[in-house]
Amino acid sequence: MDKFMIDLETDLEVMRECCRSGKTKEASWRRSQLKGLQTFLKENEVEILRALREDLGKHYVEAFRDEVGLIKKSLNLALKDLQKWMSSREAKLPMIALLSHAELVPEPLGLVLVISPWNFPLALSLEPLLGAIAAGNAVVLKPSEMAPACSSLLFNTLPNYLDNETIKVIEGGPAVGEQLLLKKWDKIFFTGSARVGRIVMSAAAKHLTPVTLELGGKCPAVLDSLSWSWDKEVAVNRIIGAKYGSCAGQACISVDYLLVEKAFSSAVVELMKVLIKKMYRDNPLESQSVGRIVNKHHFLRLKNLLTDKMVKDSIVYGGSMDEDSLFIEPTILVDPPRDSTIMTEEIFGPLLPIITLDKIEDSIDFINARPKPLAIYAFTKNEAFRRRMVSQTSSGAVVFNDAIIQYAADTIPFGGIGESGIGNYHGKFSFDTFSHYKAVVRRSFLTDFWFRFPPWNNYKLELFETAYNYDYFGMLLVILGLKRSRRRFDVR
Amino acid sequence: MIIVSAGLFKDCGRCFKSSSIVGAGLGDTLAYHHTYKINQVSFSSSIPSSSYCRATLSITMEEAKQTFDVDKAAVLVKELRKAFTSGKTKSYEWRMSQLESISKMIDEKEKEIIEALHKDLSKPELEAFVSEISMTKSSCKLALKELKHWMMPKKVETSMATYPSSAEIVSEPLGVVLVISTWNFPFLLSLDPVIGAIAAGNAVVLKPSEIAPATSSLLSRLLVEYADESAIRVVEGAVVETSALLEQKWDKIFFTGGARVGHIVMTAAAKHLTPVTLELGGKCPVLVDSNVDLQVTARRIVAGKWACNNGQACIGVDYIITTKDFATKLIGALRSVLEECFGKDPMESKDRSRIVNSFHFMRLVNLLDEDKVSDKIVVGGQRDRSQLQIAPTILLDVPEDSLIMQEEIFGPLLPIMTVEKLEDAFDMINRKPKALAAYLFSDDEQIKRKFVQNVSAGGIAINDTILQLAVPTLPFGGVGESGMGSYHGKFSFDAFSHNKAVLYRSFAGESPTRYPPYTPGKQKQMKALISGDVFNIMLALLGWFKN
Repeated sequence: MDKFMIDLETDLEVMRECCRSGKTKEASWRRSQLKGLQTFLKENEVEILRALREDLGKHYVEAFRDEVGLIKKSLNLALKDLQKWMSSREAKLPMIALLSHAELVPEPLGLVLVISPWNFPLALSLEPLLGAIAAGNAVVLKPSEMAPACSSLLFNTLPNYLDNETIKVIEGGPAVGEQLLLKKWDKIFFTGSARVGRIVMSAAAKHLTPVTLELGGKCPAVLDSLSWSWDKEVAVNRIIGAKYGSCAGQACISVDYLLVEKAFSSAVVELMKVLIKKMYRDNPLESQSVGRIVNKHHFLRLKNLLTDKMVKDSIVYGGSMDEDSLFIEPTILVDPPRDSTIMTEEIFGPLLPIITLDKIEDSIDFINARPKPLAIYAFTKNEAFRRRMVSQTSSGAVVFNDAIIQYAADTIPFGGIGESGIGNYHGKFSFDTFSHYKAVVRRSFLTDFWFRFPPWNNYKLELFETAYNYDYFGMLLVILGLKRSRRRFDVR
Repeated sequence: MIIVSAGLFKDCGRCFKSSSIVGAGLGDTLAYHHTYKINQVSFSSSIPSSSYCRATLSITMEEAKQTFDVDKAAVLVKELRKAFTSGKTKSYEWRMSQLESISKMIDEKEKEIIEALHKDLSKPELEAFVSEISMTKSSCKLALKELKHWMMPKKVETSMATYPSSAEIVSEPLGVVLVISTWNFPFLLSLDPVIGAIAAGNAVVLKPSEIAPATSSLLSRLLVEYADESAIRVVEGAVVETSALLEQKWDKIFFTGGARVGHIVMTAAAKHLTPVTLELGGKCPVLVDSNVDLQVTARRIVAGKWACNNGQACIGVDYIITTKDFATKLIGALRSVLEECFGKDPMESKDRSRIVNSFHFMRLVNLLDEDKVSDKIVVGGQRDRSQLQIAPTILLDVPEDSLIMQEEIFGPLLPIMTVEKLEDAFDMINRKPKALAAYLFSDDEQIKRKFVQNVSAGGIAINDTILQLAVPTLPFGGVGESGMGSYHGKFSFDAFSHNKAVLYRSFAGESPTRYPPYTPGKQKQMKALISGDVFNIMLALLGWFKN
């Protein structure tokens, strides 16, 4: 480990020197690195899809949809808009600042660390990486050791496509992570759990390093009692897709639990059973369309969630597990005890508790009684209820009548609040996350209000006051001696 | 023996007079606690009825702990959280009424504010008016004018991948926030963030600095009078009180002060995953080219150093770099402007703030008296401990490893460093931690461009100093060692808001592509969809793609 630390420090010093030299600031460098990422995806698509199947049993269509495809989309956008993002923005000035000019100049932060998780080991590594590159930073990426095939693919293959002097992939577990956190970074971008998030932020505090923390939380879905059968079917399809269809529910924005009205719940459960069957056929284990639980530890954690008798009894569908293949069947529970672990901790797996409420409006209180989630999904056509949902709850995002797809929207920020995280990214927001907006004011030597400088007197005071009020006419009067100072301070 | 803690003696002029405040910033001292020893048990009755101490006194047999402790802090936060959850701070009307009230307070209490600033820092009244009162008032006025506009959800376009949908970004308040402010601009740096927090719809606790006690107690008194007490509070105090506050869970902490305490604040915030804005300082360099208008340059440097709280400002000029042959000229010009501004004997001038307290006075004296530094003084150097005054002092070519070139000076001392070529200065600047501001005086477009491109700092002003602070359309904040996050104008509103993404979808536009069972055809469709290629989407939907 000592050798590791010494080598690391040498590497980091080289990277910092590259930052100082201005190499990473060049538009050409950023463009070539982004193109490098594109080529990496293009030439290694099969290997990537294979690694994702190996680590998480993701079907290649799911893997393309959630990882490879999304990154391709983000890279296209970054390359298209890079010039626009990099250009400085003029700031309006009041008239008093005659012959002045102000602008906001984005500049890279320097050397940044990206720590990514195992559930979307490719997308959640490359999405922040491409933002950091677009903003002109040198980057160290530490992928999760819990998705070893992807980690080693990123470690062994990605460097062939990138500038190795300024972009590095470091493999390793918590021990390596800890060592990395001891170093001084200009930004740390972390995706993972709130527990580790706290460790990351405490470590960052030592060097006053800003952090972006992409955490999780229990994202609720609220399903109003929709009357049209088409709407019902679409809504339930989208909920099932968001629960079981993305890495078997092991996603920070996956639906965690479902809130419905009591009277509506049995109809929902029946419909879910039918639609789950349609998607995953009679034997979901064979369908290849449900991802696997990442490892034994998490498999047992999920299994334990169901051991409580009251919880076990609330299972209305599914519940079968296969420890050898780390497979858990899409499972539905109705009204497990609200103080059971399954309702107090983030589930992160294919178990869906349905909580029934008297009125769907009660969902707002239910949500507000818990930590702020990364997303709230509400399926409703009731306009007033929608407005209340937006204004009376707090979460990273609110999505109406769909789930998970907000991840693919580049024009809205993706990130949490409170327990679900700090900061945001995606699209231009990724660029901003890794940039410092430097305020620049330019002045000429020509104009200067002579009253800016001491010795002070009441005449100057009056001038300042009129100037601050942007009262140009008043200023003129004071200067011409036509307006008397009304101020008489006598502090001493 | 009974000891009564005197944290109670608010509004007590007598007690105030007897306080000798020797503070050095959080953590350095526990100033502002005066304990009264009384040898009688029947204490309350022994107080003369004419006493102007309104506070109720509670007496304990041990060392009194009437200070604001963790339990009290917890109660406070709970009360404010209740106010916030009730939703009242979110309403446009509440925000407007509070801002209007603060604006009114500044108008009505101008004289008292100026007096307090004079007590704390001997701040010249005009300086107090310009840099504290007016700035705060403008910031309040701007918020009042723009609030409706700021609060409006921002519609954004959506892309192919989520079609059909509409999206907006909604600003929502973070919740209950803590503002810890500092002593050098004790009024402005307390209220400016509070205005942002209110505009964004939060409940706020303000902890003003104990090192500017007059302003601290004024703020605590005025806000009770003018602001909604259920959601806006002031907690006065020093280390103990601040630690008690930092133990609590906040939805945001906004801190202005030194980097050392910044670490403490952020570490405390990490426990609760609380986002922070840290407004710190740093050594702000001024680079002076030889082609400048000497008179204007000298005046603007004087304005950014001695006429700005006597150098005790986080964006004040810290040191100058210029070329060897130009240094003498510049010193000459600075000397004559100094005389113009502060008279022949600057120690007599009332137009400069004093050093805040004797701790900082000694700190500055130590910087001057360091062995390799004391013989480099070319202007000034006089000091008067009883008045807490140091003359405007210029030093030429002090060694780079001296304390004065290592630490933030925060006082009326100005070292001038010389280089052979102006370009060498970039290296000198970039070797130091990133500053809150960097200044350049030059007529050379190429140098200007290079400076903006190569010098990293919170903000940059070309051919002037400090001015960037007063521009509400520019974010004010540091980078690296000089802080994180920014504020001023709309940026203040953003600093205390969460940008919530809201995406609206209808039940139409459903595509089976999204759902299992997965087929190769679905992957083709998805590829086309993600690349935004309309023609390919059509082909895919028509089933013309081959596997």
